[in-house]
Amino acid sequence: MIGLTYLAAILATLPLVLILVHLIAKGASSLSLAFFTHMPRPVGESGGGMANAIVGTLILIGVASLIGLPIGIGAGLHLAEKRTTPLAYTVRFLSDVLNGLPSIVIGISAWEFLVRPVGHFSALAGGVALGTMMVPLVTRTTEEMLLVVPTSLREAALALGYPKWRTSIAVVLRTALAGIATGALVAVARIAGETAPLLFTAIGNQFWSTSLREPIAALPLQIFAYATGPYDEWHRLAWAGALVLITIILIISIAARFATRSRFGAPVD
Amino acid sequence: MTALAPIAERVRPNLIGTIEAKDFSFWYGKKQALRNITMAIPPRAVTALIGPSGCGKSTFLRSINRLNELIPGIRHEGDLCLDGNSVFDQSLDVVALRQRVGMVFQRWNPFPKSIYENIAYGPRINGLGNQAALDEIVERSLRRAALWDEVKDRLRSSALSLSGGQQQRVCIARALANQPEVLLLDEPASALDPSSTQRIEELLYELKRELTIIIVTHNLQQAARASEFTGFFFTGELVEFGPTEQVFTSPREERTDAYITGRFG
Repeated sequence: MIGLTYLAAILATLPLVLILVHLIAKGASSLSLAFFTHMPRPVGESGGGMANAIVGTLILIGVASLIGLPIGIGAGLHLAEKRTTPLAYTVRFLSDVLNGLPSIVIGISAWEFLVRPVGHFSALAGGVALGTMMVPLVTRTTEEMLLVVPTSLREAALALGYPKWRTSIAVVLRTALAGIATGALVAVARIAGETAPLLFTAIGNQFWSTSLREPIAALPLQIFAYATGPYDEWHRLAWAGALVLITIILIISIAARFATRSRFGAPVD
Repeated sequence: MTALAPIAERVRPNLIGTIEAKDFSFWYGKKQALRNITMAIPPRAVTALIGPSGCGKSTFLRSINRLNELIPGIRHEGDLCLDGNSVFDQSLDVVALRQRVGMVFQRWNPFPKSIYENIAYGPRINGLGNQAALDEIVERSLRRAALWDEVKDRLRSSALSLSGGQQQRVCIARALANQPEVLLLDEPASALDPSSTQRIEELLYELKRELTIIIVTHNLQQAARASEFTGFFFTGELVEFGPTEQVFTSPREERTDAYITGRFG
């Protein structure tokens, strides 16, 4: 039986290894400095890069984080402090539902509320859609991280005369900060590669744009457009784009690992 | 020294740290944890509260600084007074109360910060931002907790890098930095080795000259060694309260005698 678990453990990681190897084999040859600094060339011309899509993805991540982190961390703090109120139960349940909501549904909803009323696609709508996906992830990890902060630390601060709200922020939140940072980075890594929420919102852009009110390019959208296009040159660029995207996500994931190591180590139990 | 005034003001001669319970009862939901406790704990002395697990002694201790209030569904009847004023008085700020009544817990719980920051935590919330004054309070508190000589060269290193006994003394110093009149200790030495326990007991002997000390302990020898007064709690009642020597050598109550001679508990 134990032998089978070895097999299962290897099979569990095999897809990632295969994908990485394949991506490097297909994409690395098309990677050059120009890929990061140049704009897409017109059809028929070789070369060119995805500078606009890389910057667009970073802007979308920024907007999503501005929405997802404060709301998610705040809601997580509330859930951890008011564990058993009807509101807490409701929020916890709805967070889990939102977490399981197909991303295409979130995309369509963002289109309904943020694109249709103003009459055009925008980076803002894309950021909001991604931010909405982040909220439940950040909420639940924040709550979990806060709950593992020992009660004894909370009591220590209260017994010193700290008001309750200040104890929550100064002691509980700060002690859990490394864990919450990890959760936030994992949430960022998770949304960085999302395509469906952007299809109806940011929609993509062949040109350079950093405006939140204009459609914006994004790596996943660009990869989708190029991979489904008819030209070999586009296919090469799509592989390179996929390699860059997965590298960004890997870097964020590794950063999340390092963030867990706080200066004074894990809190005592 | 002027920066110390807000704290020093609280150590007025009329505030000497007398705790008085008047017919005090306490409930967790429907379960009654304390029944009609009436006792006057003398100031500037060590009072030990003994009794089997679940007898209410910790509940009583945590009522004095109102730390029980965090638990939903609690209620009380009767009164607890600090220097003649009810601790439940609406006009009394619970924050101010907890600064006057310091607490040390069973499991040492320094913050995951430097030794210095741990001690400076309480004074900082009093608005004490003056570096020189803070330095002085940190040094004085660590000296009073008999820890200064061991840590003076590494105040900036993590409190969690110290031994268990040292961490518990950091917690005592942290409580002392608020200049409390009363120090509550909830089994402070139950997880420490004998030599660390002895150091804590010696420390209490020194500190009682300046403040009222109430210690909850499961260790009867510790109560006999370190306290001047002893209260014996059993199933939420205060069975007997008196000078430690009397309680241990000629208890008035049969149940006290049975407990201290080891027939139950």
